[in-house]
Amino acid sequence: MTHTLKSHYDVIVIGAGPGGLAAAIEAKKHGADDVLLIDRDLELGGILLQCIHNGFGVETFKEDLPGPSYAQRFVNEAQTIGIEYLLDTIVLEVTPDRRVYTTGARTGFKELSAKAMVFSMGCRERTRAQIRIPGPRPAGVFTAGTAQRWVNVEGYMPGSRFVVLGSGDIGMIMARRLTFEGAKVERVLEVMPYLSGLSRNYVQCLLDFDIPLQLQHTVKRIIGKNRVEAVEAVAVDDQWQFIPGTEELIPCDTLLLSVGLIPENELSQKAGVALDPVTAGPYVDDGFLTSVPGIFAAGNVVHVYDLVDWVTQAGRTAGKRAAMVVTGCCNPEPAYVPTRAGDNVRYVVPQRLDPETLTQEPIMLQMRVTRPLEQSVTVQVTDGDTLIAKKAERYARPGEMVSLTLKGKDYDAVRKAKELKVSVVPK
Amino acid sequence: MPQPYDIIIIGAGIVGAMIARTLARYDVRILWLEKASDIGVGATAANSALIHAGHDAVPGSLKAEMNVKANPLWDQLSEELHFAFQRTGAYVVAIGPEEFAKLEQLLDRARQNGVPAEILSGEVMRQREPQINPAVSGALHIPTGGIVDPWGATVAAAENAVLNGVELRLNTEFLDFIWEGEKASGRVDESKIQNPKSKIVGIHTSAGDFYARWVINAAGLFADEVMHKAGVRPEFKITPRRGEYFVMDRNQLQLNNVLFPVPTAVSKGILVTMTLHGNTLVGPNAENIEDKTDVDVTPQGMAETWAGGLKLVPGLKQRDIIAIFAGLRPAGNAPCANPAVDYAHDFIIEIPAEVAGFVNLGGMESPALTAAPAIAARVVELLQGAGEELREKAAWNPLRQDRPVFRHLTREEQAALVAQDPRYGRVICRCETVTEGEIVAEIHAPIPATTYDAIKRRTWLGTGRCLGGFDMPRVVEILARELGKNPLEISKKGPGSEFLFRQTKEAAL
Repeated sequence: MTHTLKSHYDVIVIGAGPGGLAAAIEAKKHGADDVLLIDRDLELGGILLQCIHNGFGVETFKEDLPGPSYAQRFVNEAQTIGIEYLLDTIVLEVTPDRRVYTTGARTGFKELSAKAMVFSMGCRERTRAQIRIPGPRPAGVFTAGTAQRWVNVEGYMPGSRFVVLGSGDIGMIMARRLTFEGAKVERVLEVMPYLSGLSRNYVQCLLDFDIPLQLQHTVKRIIGKNRVEAVEAVAVDDQWQFIPGTEELIPCDTLLLSVGLIPENELSQKAGVALDPVTAGPYVDDGFLTSVPGIFAAGNVVHVYDLVDWVTQAGRTAGKRAAMVVTGCCNPEPAYVPTRAGDNVRYVVPQRLDPETLTQEPIMLQMRVTRPLEQSVTVQVTDGDTLIAKKAERYARPGEMVSLTLKGKDYDAVRKAKELKVSVVPK
Repeated sequence: MPQPYDIIIIGAGIVGAMIARTLARYDVRILWLEKASDIGVGATAANSALIHAGHDAVPGSLKAEMNVKANPLWDQLSEELHFAFQRTGAYVVAIGPEEFAKLEQLLDRARQNGVPAEILSGEVMRQREPQINPAVSGALHIPTGGIVDPWGATVAAAENAVLNGVELRLNTEFLDFIWEGEKASGRVDESKIQNPKSKIVGIHTSAGDFYARWVINAAGLFADEVMHKAGVRPEFKITPRRGEYFVMDRNQLQLNNVLFPVPTAVSKGILVTMTLHGNTLVGPNAENIEDKTDVDVTPQGMAETWAGGLKLVPGLKQRDIIAIFAGLRPAGNAPCANPAVDYAHDFIIEIPAEVAGFVNLGGMESPALTAAPAIAARVVELLQGAGEELREKAAWNPLRQDRPVFRHLTREEQAALVAQDPRYGRVICRCETVTEGEIVAEIHAPIPATTYDAIKRRTWLGTGRCLGGFDMPRVVEILARELGKNPLEISKKGPGSEFLFRQTKEAAL
């Protein structure tokens, strides 16, 4: 733990998960001398530290690592190159002119400032209230991530007989983890007609352990006043309406929720950062600059990713661009071209891009599809009738991020475009 | 027989708390019982958090009298006891021309109750609350309405009572009365007394027998059962009337008013109101049910509540809902004591003629939260009228010490507090910015918070967008550490609601 004495930094990064670690390292490497990383937890690494399963780093390191090992590689590098950090410290507020108020039991109350900042606060889990599950409010209704912290970090089992609602990745991974620990996972229920997490997690976490997945099913009611005693499951139709007569009482003591993640942007709002109502994250450009000068955002705080590798990549880009603010070599007046979600695309990140970037490096457009297409698809970027770029994929699923990379060869077309409409359509 | 008390109070909701606090200024020995593991967990725990002006109570009813008497008391109470209260005023909002006509009747009723009120045009209402339904045709403005933190008020009053000598016992359930002449066997030795079962001398509880000269029924939802054991008002029945609520994310919706719809026959209707925590509250609907512990939220109730909210504020968005809860109103069927008033749901505040040693309260639905301090004053009057001397104690202290609330401090005050006690620097609940220092202070308060929900009600932790997902493991750890317990023993709301089952295989090695 470093106890910093400085009050002004070149770059301050909030959140030491994969996005923040990559951003801090890259900022330092690109000429920001004083880089400070702030995290509320006791150690660097963010939520990766409770993700003790493997599956991390296949893109970044061509290795299949557990979460803490993936984080450790960045932690080692950050320490080696002299990045300062404040742990067990929470950021209370960031002002639009980048003054930062922090507090911690060991670090005290501080007011800091920075020439540039990277927001990498990650995301939080959707809760029972957001999906409005009827019933009383007993102990034993937990989000999958809370259960994950209890089991993997604290060493406690928050139940013995589980039903998981939602086929998000953490829910499926926890179903397997709890089974390893001797708990009974009765069922995973998913209200949609398709998986909301990665297919590989369905195979490795549910199929391999004989945990049944019921699509188009949800929880109609929780039962139990003090502790969960059962849930009433029910099938739903295509309009998410309960199908009468399909109710089934599943005795259990715990209901785990894996029903989606929401970017965590309370600090961004206070700092005046404009948010995209679809992603719930900041509007960003191709360098992950937000609407507020000098404030960048990277990782799940921008939109929810499926793989950590893309978060690392976003952090690297944001960190590098933050350093360019400090060193004064960024384009001050970019002629932005907006992106737009077209057919079967829910959103596109970045929401706008500077075509000049393409003369230096490629730009990855990241998106989620609205509905699954279990056939060959074309991911295409158009401007009116003009096709600017396209690529083929074997399928498109809402649970898996889709991307398309614009390259130097696309520069002329992008520069002339009024907007870049991105669609994912059957081939 | 153990040393008898002067007074036993059954029930630790807001009404019991105000009675305990008020009686604590007198030289009497008071035992105060609550069957739950914490105070304020019944009707007090889930309501609209309003201090009503008294504009719509039935004129001539005890409810109207108590409401109007109590309303002005809240300013001084909140100053002495340090809980959150704000005299915001309130509006009854008419949508469309038909409802506008009803505002005159409401104004007339407010005048009969002696409550200041005025009718505003739709145009003025739209200016005062830009988010209101544009079809608003007018509003009744009631300047003396207010908002309160009902948990804060209950804890503060209870703490003040305890610090002034009231003995509070939690987890202690009333079972039956002990009558004069009753032997240990429970049988009454009728040869010794003239009128069997005419004088209460104590109570049987789940934690043993306690004796007192007076027993006060402040049992809220269960007041009918208590008075029936005393043989009083056998026809009185409390019907739990459930109301469901939504809490909205304050970052997404900032509403700066208390908005009532034009009321229905049974309730004040579904409101959209600001709260002292900054969140907008939508609710409640009104559904009569049977089970006095059934605080389920239901698909029908949520749909009705949401529709009611949209009527006043059409811009409400479901994605901004951060919490849902249901509360129960202890709705009674006591006719108004004044036979000239045609009203069958009045408060009961009485010393019944047929039983000595018993102060009986019942039907403590809205506006009981508002009325609680006046009800407590009425209880004192009744006791004095029955010959109790009630001498004031020299040592009585009306003030309750405030505890720091980190999020309410300026940056300078926060820095000073953290420097003084570093535990105030560690934020445990990040949505609501609640620190370890605040949690520890509540665990070691005069009425210790020993469960997650007890800490939640006192600090507002875990009520934000993540609903405790982040803080829960940390609070369990802090509770275990401070109480010297194993984390496996820590519960959400008392025995049977523990969070954890066992250690993991590796941790258990």
